[in-house]
Amino acid sequence: MADTLLETSVRQENGTAVIELKGEIDKLSEDALNRAYAQATQMKPASVLLNFKNVEYINSTGIALIVTLMAQARKSGVKFIAAGLSDHYMEIFKITRLSDFMTIYPDEATALKSK
Amino acid sequence: MANWFNNFFRREKAAAAPAPVLRSSRALVPAVDISPDDPVIAHFQNSPGVIELEKLNLDSPGVRAMKSAGVKVVVPLVSQGELVGLLNLGPRLSEQDYSTDDYGLLNTLATQASPALRVAQLVRQQQAAALARERMEQELRVARLIQQTLLPKQVPDIPGYQIAVLYQPARAVGGDFYDFIELPEGRFALIVGDVTDKGVPAALVMATTRAILRGAATRFSDPGEVLAHVNDLLCPDIPPNMFVTCLYAVLDPRAGTIKFANAGHDLPYRRIDGGVNELRATGMPLGLLPGMTYEEKETTLNDGETILFYSDGIVEAHNPEKEMFGFPRLMGLVAGHRGGAALIEYLQNELRKFTGADWEQEDDVTMMTLTRTSIPNGHSKSAGARKESQTLAQFSLPSQPGNERDAMKRVAEALQPLQLPSARLEKLKTAVAEATMNALEHGNKYRAELPVNIIVMASDDDVTVKISDQGGDAEMPTPETPDIDAKLAGLQSPRGWGLFLIKNLVDEMNVTTDQQQHTVELILRRKED
Repeated sequence: MADTLLETSVRQENGTAVIELKGEIDKLSEDALNRAYAQATQMKPASVLLNFKNVEYINSTGIALIVTLMAQARKSGVKFIAAGLSDHYMEIFKITRLSDFMTIYPDEATALKSK
Repeated sequence: MANWFNNFFRREKAAAAPAPVLRSSRALVPAVDISPDDPVIAHFQNSPGVIELEKLNLDSPGVRAMKSAGVKVVVPLVSQGELVGLLNLGPRLSEQDYSTDDYGLLNTLATQASPALRVAQLVRQQQAAALARERMEQELRVARLIQQTLLPKQVPDIPGYQIAVLYQPARAVGGDFYDFIELPEGRFALIVGDVTDKGVPAALVMATTRAILRGAATRFSDPGEVLAHVNDLLCPDIPPNMFVTCLYAVLDPRAGTIKFANAGHDLPYRRIDGGVNELRATGMPLGLLPGMTYEEKETTLNDGETILFYSDGIVEAHNPEKEMFGFPRLMGLVAGHRGGAALIEYLQNELRKFTGADWEQEDDVTMMTLTRTSIPNGHSKSAGARKESQTLAQFSLPSQPGNERDAMKRVAEALQPLQLPSARLEKLKTAVAEATMNALEHGNKYRAELPVNIIVMASDDDVTVKISDQGGDAEMPTPETPDIDAKLAGLQSPRGWGLFLIKNLVDEMNVTTDQQQHTVELILRRKED
């Protein structure tokens, strides 16, 4: 398998599964991202939070991967939350209308507090 | 009565034509050659009348040869002091000696035959000269025909531009040529060239060069690459001591840009407001050495500006004082004229004034003007605004996964001096990455040997990035408009965001396809609207 430039870590905070992402989300990240999401859902959380604070690059394939996760979450009735998006990727989430189907917070702390 | 041999020759022709040869109607004796510097020639010329060879005491190879060929008596045929032939006689068939009467008869014969022979020789010379002239004329006709058949019948009609050409061949037909080639994306190649040498050889090399150029023009989009390719193909086949100078320019009518490369041809002049400048790019003439590279330059033709392409026929024209027309004069005349197609007629008149009426044109004269008459497609700007587009970077990437990051990085580096607002730059970077990824994956199918070519250009207002792949033979798929609702409901593939993103990140996206490649052009205003 080609080396992914994405590192993931998953933990639980008060019923929210937090997936911290570091690096790049593109075609090569598929397995890493899916594994992290599977790990998160095993925690039976009410919501899944993707922290993009340390993500430098998301391309259109990365968007597709995120959409796939969003579709899964929707199916299983899990709330989808994003935090830590840069202005640029915030804009891209708006352009693609991903932002209409998730709750977006500026950072993880704010997201967890708002619950 | 006698074996007599008639012998035509003219001394001054002896070096080129065969030396005097004895010919026998009955072929009794072998032919005899007399060298033009043999002393006997002078002797014959100065001694009219019958000569008995036995009595001739002269150290002459010619005399020895004649003797051994059986010649007994020689009668020089002299006309107006010039030796035009010899009457050579072998022994009398009766084996008796020649009598005085015989000599008298021979002298009379020689006196009458000499002028007649001279006339015959002159007539023959005239015929030969006429034949040679005819052959040369024929050759020139062929050369002219080749040249004129291959030159474009008309100039292209490009909205917003005016092209004019003067092609004035010399009588000897030099090797000038010019051509227009319609390229993908509405671009046009403008070519002016000159083959060294004249006549049929030059015309043939010109025809070959033109054919190779036409092939290369459709294969390569960069003028430098075109010339390098033509040079490599021409080198093995061009006759020694011949070469071709050539200026190859590509006009992008929409952008108003001219990309050009030059293989040793005279530098074009650009008539600008208040002066003239040269379009300079370096490169060796075609056909001299393989493996040459050609510098490539780009410039923008502004509204009202004219570029003059020309051949050396005008600058190397001489006046009766043997003075050359020269580059400074030409440059000065261009600077002093208002430009446009009228420039050609103006220069033609100036050339005529310079050379005088009796000028025997030494070489072909070719002039081509390209004038921007208006800025098409509503791109016109407020008065005084100039849109000078500059190439900041140009590079190729092999089609390997992940190379879109390289593209993004290098485009960002190239744009660094412009200090774009970071939000704008980020948008462009993502658009570049997406377009490059499409080119690598869909256009070139990740075949590493196929390049993705990227050009970064900037004007005062815009940044343009052009990304080309080699997948022009396949239609570019029309993307589904991504429907996030359908995607989330699993009714549409989660993918298919690339083109949609690009379109929404830049101010303008143009996609063009030709037989070779797809090109995606991304245009971003430098400032937020």
